[in-house]
Amino acid sequence: MSLEYENDGALHAKLIEEVLSQYPDKAAKRRKKHLNVAKSGDEASREGEVLSECDVKSNIKSIPGVMTIRGCAYAGSKGVVWGPVKDMVHISHGPVGCGQYSWSQRRNYYVGTTGIDTFGTMQFTSDFQEKDIVFGGDKKLEQIIDEIEELFPLNKGITVQSECPIGLIGDDTEAVSRKKAKEIEKTIVPVRCEGFRGVSQSLGHHIANDAIRDWVFEKKDVAFEDGPYDVNVVGDYNIGGDAWASRILLEEIGLRVVGNWSGDATLAEIERAPKAKLNLIHCYRSMNYICRHMEEKYGIAWMEYNFFGPSQIEASLRKIAKHFGPEIQEKTEQVVAKYRPLVDAVIAKYRPRLEGNTVMLYVGGLRPRHVITAYEDLGMVIVGTGYEFAHNDDYQRTAHYVKNGTLIYDDVTGYELEKFIEGVRPNLVGSGIKEKYPVQKMGIPFRQMHSWDYSGPYHGYDGFAVFARDVDLAINNPVWGLFEAPWKRRPSQGRAMAAE
Amino acid sequence: MPQSAEKVLDHAPLFREPEYRKMLAEKKLNFECPHQDQVVADQGEFTKTWQYREKNFAREALVINPAKACQPLGAVFAAAGFERTMPFVHGSQGCVAYYRSHLSRHFKEPASAVSSSMTEDAAVFGGLKNMIDGLANTYQLYDPKMIAVSTTCMAEVIGDDLHSFIENAKEEGSVPRDFDVPFAHTPAFVGSHVDGYDGAVKGILEHFWKGQERTEALGTINIIPGFDGFCVGNNRELRRLLDLMGVSYTFIQDASDQFDTPSDGEYRMYDGGTKIQDVRNALNAEATLSLQRYNTRKTLEFCEEAGQVTASFHYPLGVQATDEFLLEVSAISGKEIPEAIRLERGRLVDAMADSQSWLHGKKYAIYGDPDFVYAMARFIMETGGEPTHCLATNGTQAWEGEMKELLASSPFGKEAQVWAGKDLWAMRSLLFTEPVDLLIGNSYGKYLERDTGTPLIRLTFPIFDRHHHHRFALMGYQGGLRVLTSILDKIFDKLDRDTGETGVTDYSYDLTR
Repeated sequence: MSLEYENDGALHAKLIEEVLSQYPDKAAKRRKKHLNVAKSGDEASREGEVLSECDVKSNIKSIPGVMTIRGCAYAGSKGVVWGPVKDMVHISHGPVGCGQYSWSQRRNYYVGTTGIDTFGTMQFTSDFQEKDIVFGGDKKLEQIIDEIEELFPLNKGITVQSECPIGLIGDDTEAVSRKKAKEIEKTIVPVRCEGFRGVSQSLGHHIANDAIRDWVFEKKDVAFEDGPYDVNVVGDYNIGGDAWASRILLEEIGLRVVGNWSGDATLAEIERAPKAKLNLIHCYRSMNYICRHMEEKYGIAWMEYNFFGPSQIEASLRKIAKHFGPEIQEKTEQVVAKYRPLVDAVIAKYRPRLEGNTVMLYVGGLRPRHVITAYEDLGMVIVGTGYEFAHNDDYQRTAHYVKNGTLIYDDVTGYELEKFIEGVRPNLVGSGIKEKYPVQKMGIPFRQMHSWDYSGPYHGYDGFAVFARDVDLAINNPVWGLFEAPWKRRPSQGRAMAAE
Repeated sequence: MPQSAEKVLDHAPLFREPEYRKMLAEKKLNFECPHQDQVVADQGEFTKTWQYREKNFAREALVINPAKACQPLGAVFAAAGFERTMPFVHGSQGCVAYYRSHLSRHFKEPASAVSSSMTEDAAVFGGLKNMIDGLANTYQLYDPKMIAVSTTCMAEVIGDDLHSFIENAKEEGSVPRDFDVPFAHTPAFVGSHVDGYDGAVKGILEHFWKGQERTEALGTINIIPGFDGFCVGNNRELRRLLDLMGVSYTFIQDASDQFDTPSDGEYRMYDGGTKIQDVRNALNAEATLSLQRYNTRKTLEFCEEAGQVTASFHYPLGVQATDEFLLEVSAISGKEIPEAIRLERGRLVDAMADSQSWLHGKKYAIYGDPDFVYAMARFIMETGGEPTHCLATNGTQAWEGEMKELLASSPFGKEAQVWAGKDLWAMRSLLFTEPVDLLIGNSYGKYLERDTGTPLIRLTFPIFDRHHHHRFALMGYQGGLRVLTSILDKIFDKLDRDTGETGVTDYSYDLTR
């Protein structure tokens, strides 16, 4: 259900020029490479081609002082990849803040008895003090691991998520982990995700992936009877239950999801991953590394898919089914047919209320491209999109999704985003908590697209209905009509002005 | 199929549907390698025991669910309380994303701050270049009147020197020579957000006051509110009281407008805050009063050195704490406390008298920042309640001493215990082994409410899962009324729930209470 439209590239080019003119020269020169207007959607859709149409420089250091929206490597590892593994205790190793600010904020849902056999919505920290900085924290870490064992004996393992000071003071968390793992006979994973490493969350994802490879795989005998339709879902963090709304579909088409990474995951699901037949990867950015590793080492193929919105869900289900052959393909067609009435009803209800509304996005790993078609399924138009921490391969993949003239911004600054939104005046902005309130003050509806604004799921058919409802309630709420005080209204607008 | 377009089910009801329950049960059984249910249940029960509590309290290194944040958060909050001031945090950039998110989630408002975005090379060579470029970019893009610099732990560990860096940046022309760039070193591995607040405010006062001649203006007062998630309601309420008295006062640090901008189509990056000129003039005030002692220890010392009279309070709310605050203001300013305020006081006392039968003897657990816990314990005792557990993760020994003195001053504090430096996992054990009727804290307390069944009243920062509470004052007599009502609502709601079963308990489901 591809929507045909073109964006106002000339306006967008002008907006880029305007924001750049406000920077000091040195910064303007650097920022220029990150801003662009997408060209020629037709060429962009040719499969397999390396595209440069919405090419911008990416995965480069942020400029100091400009209000980047990015986070850090710790956020990428503890916050994204490792944090959701529910039956392990994740230590935020260093001062108290990092763990505190990220505590329970990502909404990666899980089922379990928190504090007893699962630990997701808890904040474990070594709460570094000055003496730990001066004398090192390795001894403290050993003691922490003992105390975790004492108080939370049902944990299946521990990860050590390093914060900035750890790498700077030369602690050897690897040695401690090795030693204590032997002692307590459990998996302990040191993750070198100090926040100053790399340029964004992205390196944290990579380091976290490498830690799975180096500290989990092939460390234990995994007793597991594999089957012909075993898949891992990789890069679904179960925000608001996304992974569950996806799993139900994959099971319905006849597949066996033997591991979900890492939303609602257990350590066992990670350990057995190399036994699966196919890795299905949703968030390519944060977990492609381990998929590539599993392909090289264990010969497991991996496949990207997109479960946002019916067009992509349908296409993805068919692509996945094709990999497994006729039996699965047949079931897939039944599943697509089963959900068709729901999709039709959702679109019939919401499309008339949303048709033609414009959207600007600025999010993280996969969403700046993956959600585009979901909006288009509702008749909405994407006028601008950008990533916090994408690499070049993400922008290549984005070209398949965006239309000619779309405004593209990489590692956007607070200033740029505000000016772009002011200039474009979209009907909806989808971004994060830091962006939400400035945008709403301007009178523009907003949805948080990291946390689903405390809603969700948005994946799968069940999620699409929630997504459509949420977009509708954001845009069509009466509050947006109340911003102007009637006595401030210009006479031509207001019926309140009595005739003389 | 549970989902439909007519009645869209989001996560809360959706996953309770049979299809999903079955799916999740099978996932657990077949793929999660779970512990046996009995083992989990036994461990769950064990955590409720005294034996577990002893293990829990024997912890020396591990901190679980602390009720404190790190210094730079306090510094960023402090900076937000000055006119057109951009908080600039020198160090790793992820930290700033966290502070901004944390403040926005509580206030439901924009929270601006910039980072000098130091990475590995800066860790090796120092962050001077980041400071030079960063100040230039912030100055040009965001048009601030002042840039208030603080640090993340990364910059502290490598030992970057803010004073010389800022001087260097000025030499390089990043900002004009006379542009105000106060600073504070705010290591995250020392103290907590309340100390970061202290350092940042002191840094700003030092910047403007050092080397200046002081001409004492008798009767004028500076007020420093401290780190306060309820600043929006509180600062405005205090201003109202001070205006009623006709006092000449200056708030030093006031984020009440910054974190409460209107929706009228315009995004204000900066709003309100203490005017730069007023900060300069504040040197001449006769006295500086701190509303939260543990937020301003260093700042008040500095004010004393500058020649001012100082006094500090513990988050003045309720009857006697408000009395003391007003008396002090009256003594310094020479202004009488007007009849209108006496009537307000009487109305709070009247409300407390009306409701005393529901409050007398109720047991409470209270946690939060040191001054807040002190204030709540004091007010609870005024209502005839017993503050059984008083916990501050960032509470010092001095605080513990002050608390014990307070609790000893009333028969209602006799059974009370003070827990300095303990966390909310310790509180969990306390609530299981020595239960109370009500828990007072912030949103993190919801996990304690879930696990122990103790009703939670959210009265302090951060409150993420309830909206707009922070817009209403807790301080003063009016604020006391608000606290009182919040407590009573919780008590009555619970009583109604507990007596609401038709034909079983509803004889006690009284219409009038």
